[in-house]
Amino acid sequence: MNTEKNIKTLIVKKPLKLDCGKTIKDFPIAYETYGSLNSKKDNAILVFHALTGDQYVSGINPATNKEGWWSYAVGPDKAIDTNKYFVICSNVIGGCMGSYGPSHKDPDQKIFGTNFPVITINDMVNAQYNLLDHFGIDKLFSITGGSMGGMQVLQFISNFPDKSKTVIPIATTSSHSAQNIAFNELGRQAITADSNWKDGNYTSNETNPGKGLAVARMAAHITYLSKKGLQEKFGRKLQEREDLKFGFDADFQIESYLRYQGSVFVDRFDANSYLYITRAMDYFDLAKQFNGNLSEAFKNTNAKFFIISFTSDWLYPTQENKDIVIALNSIGADVGFVEIESDKGHDSFLLDVPDFLSALKNFLDKSYEEN
Amino acid sequence: MKNEFQVIADLIEKDKKVLDVGCADGTLMKFLKDNKNINIRGLEISKERVQECISKGLTVIEGNAEKDLKQFPDKSFDYVILSQTLQAFLNPELVLDELLRVGKKAIVTIPNFGYWKVRFHLLFKGTMPITKTLPDEWYNTPNLHMCTIKDFFHFVKSKDIKIFKSLALNNLNKSTINESNLGVKNLFADLGIFLIEK
Repeated sequence: MNTEKNIKTLIVKKPLKLDCGKTIKDFPIAYETYGSLNSKKDNAILVFHALTGDQYVSGINPATNKEGWWSYAVGPDKAIDTNKYFVICSNVIGGCMGSYGPSHKDPDQKIFGTNFPVITINDMVNAQYNLLDHFGIDKLFSITGGSMGGMQVLQFISNFPDKSKTVIPIATTSSHSAQNIAFNELGRQAITADSNWKDGNYTSNETNPGKGLAVARMAAHITYLSKKGLQEKFGRKLQEREDLKFGFDADFQIESYLRYQGSVFVDRFDANSYLYITRAMDYFDLAKQFNGNLSEAFKNTNAKFFIISFTSDWLYPTQENKDIVIALNSIGADVGFVEIESDKGHDSFLLDVPDFLSALKNFLDKSYEEN
Repeated sequence: MKNEFQVIADLIEKDKKVLDVGCADGTLMKFLKDNKNINIRGLEISKERVQECISKGLTVIEGNAEKDLKQFPDKSFDYVILSQTLQAFLNPELVLDELLRVGKKAIVTIPNFGYWKVRFHLLFKGTMPITKTLPDEWYNTPNLHMCTIKDFFHFVKSKDIKIFKSLALNNLNKSTINESNLGVKNLFADLGIFLIEK
């Protein structure tokens, strides 16, 4: 799972008090950077990854040997142009790509498993804030991310209101909905129902709860796509066969596709991390942190916001993104908003959606010119 | 830039906070931002136009004035601009009320259905008027509630809305509208520009 030798890691010495009450210190944050930091140190963009993402935003991910998760958006001459900007992304705590998480060992050299403290989106961004000190960056040019990455964007600017000039939450929400929690619970139940899970005490030498994790991934994957997108891509097409087989093998291409998505996911992701990160998402309710008034979360920032949603995203629908716009407008913040036409569902932000990529590029480049 | 925009820009002092409702491709916004240091936001319903605004570095919110103005607090802008769009709303009265709630002042421009060419067209051709400010056919026009300068003038008065300035525009000619010349201006101007407050 981990290709630990190639992972850039920052050891955070400073103690971090978590929302659950526990304190962690001397913990690792695995990160990757793209492009170079200029002498004024004013061209840095902190990218936050989504549930199953990692620090490998662009180029080849050394753990999977596949393209980084945001290769369409980040790279030389891309929307987030690494010829111009210095992009930093780190693996969230609770994750499994080198940052402190449930597959790490506790002080007694025992793998944490579910003894790892439950973490929140707030804990994740507080941990990542240490990267600014590490690189000597006083103020980021931008922070951005989609889905859970967008939640971190919102939490980050709320916690550190003067630490970014621009703020780009994408396809996200300020409060995880009942439907979002329900889907996450489905995934967690699939994992914990796998007999190999063993209350989280599996080790990488033993068999992992791979079947449960694969089912979790399959269910979640459906929520990332739209009905129209699925229908157009797969319809009722059969998988390498002329006719139905009257059995439970994968007759349909969509079945085969989901099974494949499940199986490749198991090779790169830790089941306990999946539990921890989905929990962090479910606990996310930024308005609640401010007595139900979301606007209060942003009242101390002068940052320029640009919020993007997608027409076919039913997991984090336009209205939930617009609620953030409304909260910002009600305090007179500088906020732009666009809903991008796409039938690729929630995953639109990860894919080649030209209107999205050009909006992102134009916003960043024009804002940078005004610097 | 359109003459209309020049007149609107002249009505706004430097360094103000302005919302352009139905800002289209952002031409007026860009002018105000670059030339008068205006802190300007736009609201625009068309995704394509929103993208054009973003490519000009303008802050724009995709949205519909009839639904989305309500998110702005009372008097949160010094000026709110509505250029030649009031007649295209399902409920122009509601939109006008919202403009005056959100803005300390509002600038509203009206394509004048009382303009002589419009009257002439209907009178002699007997078909729906097509002019420079009313370029569409009856079947594809976005306009639902056409009015004349006189209609708007009376409407605003009846709602106890203060008129600071009312200007008649005919090509490059700009003149002031008042009670006594209303009939004439209503005949010879193709556009009315009103600076109002409630």
